[in-house]
Amino acid sequence: MGLLQFLKRIEPDKKKNPLLHTAYDAFFTFAYTPNRVNKGGVHIRDGMDLKRLMVHVVLAMQLCYLFGTYNIGHQHFVAAGQYLGFLDGFHLKLAHGLIKMLPMFIVTHVVGLGIEFLFAAKRGHEVEEGFLVTGALIPLIMPPDLPLWILAIAVAFAVVFGKEAFGGTGMNIWNIALLTRVFVFFAYPGEISGDTCWVSGYDTLAAGSTAEYGWWHTGFFNSIFGSLGWPQFEAAKTMVVDGFSGATPLALAYQGGMEAIQQHYTIDQIFWGGIPGSIGETNKPFIILGALFLIFTRVASWRIMAGMVLGVGVTGMLFNAWGFNAFMMVPWYYHYILGSFLFAMAFMATDPVTASNTNRGKWIYGFFIGVVGLVVRVLNPAYPEGWMLAILFMNSFAPLIDYFIVQSNIKKRTSRV
Amino acid sequence: MIAMAFLLNSFLVFGQGAITPNWVMYSILGVLIISGLSALVGLTGKLIEMEGQKHGVQLQQEGWFTKLLNQFTGESKSGNNHKLTRGFDILLNGGVANSQITFKAVSRVALKPQNYVGISPIPKVVVEAGQTVKAGDEVYHDKKYPEIKYTSPVSGEVLEVRRGDKRSISEIVILADKDQQYRKFAVPSADADRSALVNFLCETGAWTWINERPFDIVPHVDSVPKNIFISTFDTAPLAPDNNLVVAGNEADFQGGLNVLTRLTSGKVYLGLDGSNKSGLSPAFTSASNVEIHYFSGKHPAGNVGVQIHHVAPIKGHDKVWTLGVQDVIALGRLFRTGEVNRNTVVAIVGNEVVKPQYVATYPGASVAELTQGNVSDGNNRFISGDVLSGKQVAADGFLNEGDDQLTVITEGDFYELFGWLLPISPRPSVSGTYPNRFFPNMKFDANTNTHGDKRAFVVTGQYEEVLPMDIYPQHLFKAILAKDVEQMEGLGINELSEEDVALCEFVCTSKQPLQQLLREGLDYMRTEA
Repeated sequence: MGLLQFLKRIEPDKKKNPLLHTAYDAFFTFAYTPNRVNKGGVHIRDGMDLKRLMVHVVLAMQLCYLFGTYNIGHQHFVAAGQYLGFLDGFHLKLAHGLIKMLPMFIVTHVVGLGIEFLFAAKRGHEVEEGFLVTGALIPLIMPPDLPLWILAIAVAFAVVFGKEAFGGTGMNIWNIALLTRVFVFFAYPGEISGDTCWVSGYDTLAAGSTAEYGWWHTGFFNSIFGSLGWPQFEAAKTMVVDGFSGATPLALAYQGGMEAIQQHYTIDQIFWGGIPGSIGETNKPFIILGALFLIFTRVASWRIMAGMVLGVGVTGMLFNAWGFNAFMMVPWYYHYILGSFLFAMAFMATDPVTASNTNRGKWIYGFFIGVVGLVVRVLNPAYPEGWMLAILFMNSFAPLIDYFIVQSNIKKRTSRV
Repeated sequence: MIAMAFLLNSFLVFGQGAITPNWVMYSILGVLIISGLSALVGLTGKLIEMEGQKHGVQLQQEGWFTKLLNQFTGESKSGNNHKLTRGFDILLNGGVANSQITFKAVSRVALKPQNYVGISPIPKVVVEAGQTVKAGDEVYHDKKYPEIKYTSPVSGEVLEVRRGDKRSISEIVILADKDQQYRKFAVPSADADRSALVNFLCETGAWTWINERPFDIVPHVDSVPKNIFISTFDTAPLAPDNNLVVAGNEADFQGGLNVLTRLTSGKVYLGLDGSNKSGLSPAFTSASNVEIHYFSGKHPAGNVGVQIHHVAPIKGHDKVWTLGVQDVIALGRLFRTGEVNRNTVVAIVGNEVVKPQYVATYPGASVAELTQGNVSDGNNRFISGDVLSGKQVAADGFLNEGDDQLTVITEGDFYELFGWLLPISPRPSVSGTYPNRFFPNMKFDANTNTHGDKRAFVVTGQYEEVLPMDIYPQHLFKAILAKDVEQMEGLGINELSEEDVALCEFVCTSKQPLQQLLREGLDYMRTEA
């Protein structure tokens, strides 16, 4: 085949230029599965490899990407009181979403993959595929207006200190995507908390503040839309309307429980998305589809997901029974669709490296993520959402859970009579 | 469960008019405090227990929590029927269609000392090239254990003693006679004591047919097994059907079992295929002096290691012996006739075999002669054994000791465009990312491509899905990598053999060499012991 011969001819020298060779190898193995054969052990191997595994996780979140990108634009115009119908102004919303989303995606991958390639070349092994999923997850859990330099620093921090310092893919203790977010959360809290950060394109959400458009809006897209005769981006007209807050349902729940939420959003809206929030988490049906896909393909552990559902249910019921404040009185089953529970369940908690290794451990691990996450969500007013912290917290405890389960197995064996 | 939750919730939320919220709150707080305290007590107990274990004190039996958790493991057992839920059957093309066994007298056979685990690299070869031997004559012995003789399975002329790395003995090739000559041994009487029996077995070489677990070694002469296990069915891909093998040899099989019962202080266990009870040979179903257990499930249900685990697991420093069905038959024949006649039925299978068939031949037969004119052209891999735990042999090589299967499959040394994402040819897989799940009876052409590169352990829980034993393979392998002897032993390395983890290696997303790792661990354990 011509392509194969061409690729083989341009292969750089491994000794002279290890970094280039590492990068070449990563892209070559992406295009062609190598001709390596089994030696010594089994003679046939399962068709599954890490690339295929990782790419299926990325596939599972594609719907979230589509919806998330569009929703960035949708929120932008809803704040201005324009194009209130979800599909109104489709091209403008999509264009705005892309302008926000694509740079985040590119920055994440350039920084993250760059570091991966660098370390792989330094260590003299192949580039491992872990960052495929991490890099796809990171934009989805960020607010749309996050400055790109913050994103770059956060990604670099997470990949270097969270992963490479521990030895690379498969060795890390904490979920890299969440480590990125937690870095932003604690280092630049203003960018990722409060009511204003979830609606893109405005400096503040004060009534009357106008949209900020750059060259891509006014120069690139406007010229296309103009030539087609479609409505264009107009900063002067796109002003935040009076009474728009941009608050997420969870922020509202603090103030007045379910009632406060329902003053702004219907349950349908919360379920179907189209509300402010992190980019990827607002549409629940698409996340559920992704989760089912992961369970069906056996890529992610259903035990962790089931454990989390159970944990949230039990804790939610306890809070309902306690009923100390309005947030605790939010019926426990609404907690499943509020905030980013489902997204965290489907894509974050199920990371096999940082989760519990044993099947029993996965139940316990999932359950306690549910418990801790809901406790943080409901009881701690400083943190609007609990899953990031709960998962990182349980990541730290996963080895302990496994330790006790493995010890019980050892004890069972040594005490055989 | 969910319905209960709903009921509970509606009671708690809407029933608050009846119960004052404070009361509910305090009772829940009370429950939380009590459970928190008990967790603390439990944790302290655990820590004390572990401290005690360090000093060799057994403080406590299994807690209720562990017992509750144990309910989650899927295996079920009723009487002597074991239903194994975990495992995977790899369905491959190239199985034998008819049940006819033809005898093929190959002209060249080889003995391979290195097939025996733990034998010294240069055993003492007592024959020379050009010398003639009878079936049953000693060919070599391990210098450390000269009383255990490794005897020739055929009569003929010794062609050459081939040497491998560092002058180790790799093969002793014998040109087999057309008419086989057997050395006559005096069979010990039925009431002979155990030592006479052992001497006889060592003299005839039959002792070396026995496999001792842990470590899969030839037992020491003074070794007395706790139990002896024989699996009468093989669930490995394209494995031969032992019901055909035993046909016509029923009496010898029973004779072999009778001998074995005299060698152990415990029992002889026979593992039978529980998913195909009606098709089993009466030699198995009505075997006497043994305890019969039925196992139903996917591969590796037929592995003797899995059966041992479910019947009478190896513990402490126990030794357990295992034999193949054909070894038992040969043993029975030896005691009936006084001759070493180990003719073996070999299944010649695989997608590159033109006409898959059963062949009766000598052990260690020449691969080239067995497959002559029956293998398609191209780059093929010849495997002595099955595709999972067999060993690669050269096209002009010889079968390995004790193997009853010769598999020929395609060598997969080719590039595949986007092969990891959109594979062109169907391939066996346990993962749900292939459409295989919708075609459960589909058979595949196997090739030896790795389908990916080696990576660190990432995916968890996939080994457990195909190993129907109460073992945590991933933790065991990490313990092996760390050379932690206590942890290895505690996690059950002594219950495992390469064939048991072969399926784990097959499914491994990270393409780790698990069989090799396990063998390193077992070797390390053996030297430490």
